[in-house]
Amino acid sequence: MNNDTLIPKIGVVTDIRQDTPDVKTFRVVAPEGGKVFEHMPGQCAMLSIPGVGEAMFSITSSPTNKEFMEFSIKKCGCLTEWLHAMEVGQQITIRGPYGNAFPVEGDLRGKDLLFIAGGIGLAPLRSVINYVRDNRANYGDVQVIYGSRSKDDLVDYQEIIDEWMADPNIEVNLTIDNAQEGWDGHVGFVPNYVKELAPSTSKTVLVCGPPIMIKFTLAGLKELGFTETQVYTTMELRMKCGVGKCGRCNIGNKYVCKDGPVFRFDQLGELPDEY
Amino acid sequence: MQEAMIKRAKELLADGSVDRVIGWKRGEFAYDITPAVFTTAEELDRDFVCDDFTAANVSKYLVKETQKEGKILAFLKPCDTYSFNQLVKEHRIDREKVYVIGIEGGPKLDIEKIKAKGITGILSVKNEDYTLKIETIYGTQTMPFYEAILGKCASCKSKKHVVFDELIGEDGDVLDSNRFEMVEKLENMTAQERFDFWRDQLSKCIRCNACRNVCPACTCENCVFDNPKSGIDNKAPADSFEENMFHIIRAFHVAGRCTDCGECSRVCPQHIPLHLLNRKFIKDINELYGEYQAGADTTSRAPLNTYDKNDCEPSVVHERGVE
Amino acid sequence: MQKISKSRLYELFDAIAAKQSLYIPTDREAGAAEYRKYESGMKLTKELNTVRSAKDFFFPQTENLADFKIEGKTIEVRDIREECEDFVIFGVRACDARSFTILDKVFLCEPVDSFYKNRRDHGTVITMACTRPAETCFCKTFGIDPTVPGGDVSCFDDGESIFFLANTEKGERFVESISSFLEDGDTDRLMEVQTRAREIMDKLPLAKLSTENFGGDKLNEYFNSDKWAELSEACLGCGTCTFVCPTCQCYDIKDFNTGHGIKRFRCWDSCMYSDFTKMAHGNPRLTQLERFRQRFMHKLVYFPANNDGEFGCVGCGRCLAKCPISMNIVKVMKALEAK
Repeated sequence: MNNDTLIPKIGVVTDIRQDTPDVKTFRVVAPEGGKVFEHMPGQCAMLSIPGVGEAMFSITSSPTNKEFMEFSIKKCGCLTEWLHAMEVGQQITIRGPYGNAFPVEGDLRGKDLLFIAGGIGLAPLRSVINYVRDNRANYGDVQVIYGSRSKDDLVDYQEIIDEWMADPNIEVNLTIDNAQEGWDGHVGFVPNYVKELAPSTSKTVLVCGPPIMIKFTLAGLKELGFTETQVYTTMELRMKCGVGKCGRCNIGNKYVCKDGPVFRFDQLGELPDEY
Repeated sequence: MQEAMIKRAKELLADGSVDRVIGWKRGEFAYDITPAVFTTAEELDRDFVCDDFTAANVSKYLVKETQKEGKILAFLKPCDTYSFNQLVKEHRIDREKVYVIGIEGGPKLDIEKIKAKGITGILSVKNEDYTLKIETIYGTQTMPFYEAILGKCASCKSKKHVVFDELIGEDGDVLDSNRFEMVEKLENMTAQERFDFWRDQLSKCIRCNACRNVCPACTCENCVFDNPKSGIDNKAPADSFEENMFHIIRAFHVAGRCTDCGECSRVCPQHIPLHLLNRKFIKDINELYGEYQAGADTTSRAPLNTYDKNDCEPSVVHERGVE
Repeated sequence: MQKISKSRLYELFDAIAAKQSLYIPTDREAGAAEYRKYESGMKLTKELNTVRSAKDFFFPQTENLADFKIEGKTIEVRDIREECEDFVIFGVRACDARSFTILDKVFLCEPVDSFYKNRRDHGTVITMACTRPAETCFCKTFGIDPTVPGGDVSCFDDGESIFFLANTEKGERFVESISSFLEDGDTDRLMEVQTRAREIMDKLPLAKLSTENFGGDKLNEYFNSDKWAELSEACLGCGTCTFVCPTCQCYDIKDFNTGHGIKRFRCWDSCMYSDFTKMAHGNPRLTQLERFRQRFMHKLVYFPANNDGEFGCVGCGRCLAKCPISMNIVKVMKALEAK
């Protein structure tokens, strides 16, 4: 019988990084080494600990990384608690890749890009940002606006300082919600910071974060003159199959697992604003 | 009776005594009524129905309805008043927000019993002197009224309203029903026969949860079977053990609180006689702790929540010396 | 057309059952039929249809997907799939036969569901034309002619004989395999039976129900309808409609610890259940209104939007007969289209 996507493969956790008090980044490879499968930025995978549960996570590493995949996971439920308790060498099950991707080889090519992320919302965008950095010639200006509750809650902060901020080809603007000791950067919510920075409306925007942040960011962008066709986001709903069959992650007639998770705001506008 | 009910409901709406009315709404056919809330005289005139098919017990809906603003008029049959009382006792219904009109009870009809006679294409069902005259697209058929009544009505425990603010029609008496007959039959079986009986019945379960969701004693905000943290949450019987245990656990959870309203068996799409599990508990409670009818009042202590030295199993507490 | 005298039907069943599993609709109790594996002596039901639909044959309520063995930090995945044996389902009604083509659109589109396909490949569907529809029938609304049912082989009952007509290659192979039981027969009486059945169809109470006002382009019109609150008001949030429905195919995937390892199984799920969309950090469908709306929007709007106009309902009438509060797709359609 042919392979069935519902039957998972094995992944080995080879590195675990504590990014924030409640976010860890896990490095996953196939038992024989190398990646379990290829993906494009924005796509997701179903990770599971048999007997505990299975859930969808975005792949945070860039496909240009040929050695491993990474997942930045926030502790918020039964499965994620278990994942956070794992040690290096633990095997998990993995299946995918699922969903569409950001159109890095389509509409985004040659464009000036603005990434806006809040909290764990950086996870799916990190894949795109590193993909763009590794294919820098194919894109115009790149700006990243990223904020979190506090300095400690900035996911991948070390990579941001060591690599992104040191990269002369991208502009990085960080912000935290409230002033704190040891932080001399910007203080304030992401949507307000975006308005302060007033990025050029020539940019194509990729935004991800908590729903309330996305809502106010989009409103701010519209005030600045951006249109919905310029702004992409990525969605999350409960999923079981990952291939548009189990029937629960739909918004209107679109399945987030299959037709998404990446949507442009004008596409979302055609769908109901509830579930 | 339907006319009198609509008339009274309109009066109470008009003088502001109540804001809403809960009853039954007519459907597409002669028998497919739906519990419904009415707020205007027009809606009542157009859709309100009370007939041989309005068996649904509306008491449980009052849990949500009394969380809303304003007062609601509820038409309750005698059996429904027991469920209502029990929910008041459990502080699930705000009694102050309900105006109860007691109405005559059944026996109500079971459309599935009519269909089981091979009668199909049903256009109307009329009770003519306890003979049902059923118009169908294949011609007129008849059957005795009493062969088509719901199981729960066939062993009716009471025609008496245990709570009401007013009555339409007459109040009746608690009946000396034969409701434990089948339980006794099961008790007299050998263990193997009894196991086979229940396996045959419970293996039909499709775990639709209709029994649980209709049950006036099942009003937990989050059922143990829906809670992933319970370890026993499930939507499908993973094996025969689980198939059995779902219903047995549910029967335990409602023991001493089940008023024997019979809704579980009425709604089961697979015709599993679930009420027999509950009745076994009721019978045992009666025998072990003395006669007790859940929902008969709102003040007495439930036998399973009460302890005295004459308890059938006083050992543990007795040894501790608790009076 | 080839036929067999009704007096020899069970002889034919015995012969089929000697070679492969045969399932027929039979009475479990008065008024409640179900498909059971045929054994000599079993009789066909006189009921129009079974309580549970025929989808169980291809999409059972529970099935194992994979086994896992966990030792220390390592996990072994065991593919437990096996090629299923050939089987025959006899007596499927036109509505249920159409439901298979709807399920096919979900399970056989890429990536193909191998569990479903396995059963579908090995099952031969033999349908039976309807002659005595019930008041709850409305298959005609969805363009189904119950006097000419689909499936691999269609059967027709003229009162004395059963006629067999192969519709697919698989069906032809089946009819060939039973040819020794069949003889040529004239269909005059059958035509009369069909004409009479079609006349009854036109007289059914729901004969006028139409899909005209529904389809993929009605999303915003109906999603935001103020009718949902009233329609969903009495809904118990049980899964009866979903589970008896021949086209409902939503599923859950769960793990079961057997004590010797983990079994991952899939089971039917219902959008009517409160935990259907519940996530660790919240639930996008908080009340029964949203859940109820999802079920009917899926059948009447989303499914046709994604499947070239095909609706996710076949008008079998099971939900009309079984919903504990008698709320159903017919009432929803009528309420939504009443402006």
